[in-house]
Amino acid sequence: MSASASERLSPLHAVHVAAGASFTDFAGWQMPVRYTSDLAEHHAVRTAAGIFDLSHMAEIAVRGTGAAAALDYALAGRLSALAIGQAKYSLLLTPDGGIVDDVVVYRLADDDFLVVANASNRGAAVQELTDRAVAFDARVVDESDATALIAVQGPGSRGILDRVTALDAGTPLAELRYYRVTSARFADRPVLIARTGYTGEDGFELYVPVDVAESLWTAIVQAGAGSGLVPAGLASRDTLRLEAGMPLYGSELGRDIFPAQAGLGRVVNLAKDTDFVGRHASENGPDAVARVLVGLASEGRRAGRAGYPVYASGDTEAVMEALEGAVDPAGIVTSGALSPTLGHPIAMAYVDPAVARPGTTVYIDVRGTRIPATVVPLPFYTRAS
Amino acid sequence: MTTNERKYTPDHEWITVDGDIATIGITAYAADRLGDVVFIELPEAGADVAGGTVVGEIESTKSVGELFAPVDGTVIEVNTAAIDEPAIVNRDPLGDGWLIRVRFTALPDLLDADQYAALVSR
Repeated sequence: MSASASERLSPLHAVHVAAGASFTDFAGWQMPVRYTSDLAEHHAVRTAAGIFDLSHMAEIAVRGTGAAAALDYALAGRLSALAIGQAKYSLLLTPDGGIVDDVVVYRLADDDFLVVANASNRGAAVQELTDRAVAFDARVVDESDATALIAVQGPGSRGILDRVTALDAGTPLAELRYYRVTSARFADRPVLIARTGYTGEDGFELYVPVDVAESLWTAIVQAGAGSGLVPAGLASRDTLRLEAGMPLYGSELGRDIFPAQAGLGRVVNLAKDTDFVGRHASENGPDAVARVLVGLASEGRRAGRAGYPVYASGDTEAVMEALEGAVDPAGIVTSGALSPTLGHPIAMAYVDPAVARPGTTVYIDVRGTRIPATVVPLPFYTRAS
Repeated sequence: MTTNERKYTPDHEWITVDGDIATIGITAYAADRLGDVVFIELPEAGADVAGGTVVGEIESTKSVGELFAPVDGTVIEVNTAAIDEPAIVNRDPLGDGWLIRVRFTALPDLLDADQYAALVSR
C-alpha cells in the first residue's frame, strides 16, 4: 500500500521500511505500528530495551524574557518554578477547564522552554500558545518539522546509550535524574537527551535535528545489538502506556474532560498566584456526579475495548428491562487490552462515582457478554525500582 | 469434488476442500493486520453454521477480528491447538493455524489466489 500525498513520513521512514515495519496512520503520519511482533516488542521494553520513532510529535519552542510568565498563563502548572534542565508534565486547558492537550515542558535556559505536544494537537497547541503569549515578551516557534524524536525505553536503555560513543552528553546519563534534560552533541549537531518516557520503564527521549536522525538511530541500534534492544512500534507503545496507567489524548483526555476526572487534578496548580487559562472553571471543578477515570482488571482473556459500555449489574439488558425498564450504562471503556505483562485483561474507563471505588465489581459489555471486572487503582504496572 | 487449490473470501479467510469437508482459516494478510493474536473463540464441534454469519472471534492486543462462516454446514472439528496457543495463527496462518473444519452442503463462489491478491493490494 502506498502512502497518499496527505500522509506525512518520518525522517526515519526509510529505516523502518528496511526493518520490515508495518505502518499505521497516526494523526496523518505513517508510523511503524510494529516491526515483527507487538508482544515481543512490549516484553523487550519491560526486560531489556526498545527504540521508538516519535518524530510525529510536536516540538514547540517558547523563548524570551517573558517565556516563563507566558507559560504560567498558558498552562495549568507553574512552569516558572522549573529549574534549568528540569521537565514537567502539564496541561493546556480550555477556558471551560477542559483539556486542549497534555504536554511535557522542558526548561532549557532561563528564557528558553521546549513544549512537546501530541501530533494530533500540533496545530491547536501552537495556536493556543501563540495566542496566550501575545501579552508577554515571548516568541512561540513550531520547530516540529526540523526535529526528530527517538525514545529509548527499558531497563537496558542507559547502558546502551552510554555505548553510543559519538553521543556526547553534557551530563553523564548515570547522573541525569528522572524528568531532567541535558544538552548533548551527536555528529557535531545539538541533541537534547531527557530522562522521560511513556512506557512505565526507565528511559530516555532524544530530540535531534532531522538530518542526523537516521545516523543516531543506527548508532543506537548497533550499540544495543548485544543487549536485546529492538525497534518497537506504536502498538507496543500503547499497551506499555496502558499498563503504566498513563492517559492518551483522544482516549482518556479531551476538551470535554476536566483534569480532575482523569486523576490529573494535581497537575492543575490552583495555588499559583497568577491567572491562567481555565483557572476559574478549574476552581469550580467538574460536577460531583461527573464520571471519573478508573482502572479495571478482569480474569480470562477477553479484553474490554474503547467504546464498550460498563454496567453496574451483570444481568443482561433483557432481564433488567423486564424488571425495571432500560438500564443506562454506568460508564464506558476508553482503552483496553489483554495485558502482555500481567497476563489478564486491563482497561481504563470513565465510570459513575457510585461504582468508582477500588474493589467495586462492574461488568464490561464485551460484544454482548458481560464480563466482570474489578475497579483497581492505577497504574496496573509499576517497575521494580 | 476434491481440490487442493486454496480459495479465499473477501472477509480474509481461506478455504481448502476435501470431498464435502472445508478447512477454514484466516489469511496471512489478515493475521499480519491483526498483529499478535492472543485469544481465539471458535464454535463447538457439532454446531451448525450459516454462510456469511459470524461464528468466531480472533483477538489481538490491538483489535478484534470476526470469523465468518464461508459456507453453510456443520462444524466437525476445531483447532484446539490454536485456541491453546493463538500465536500459531501468526506463525503459520495457512497451515497449523487453521481454525475450523466444516461439512458443507454447497460451495459458494470464492476468490482464487490472484483475485484475492488483487483485493488486498488495492
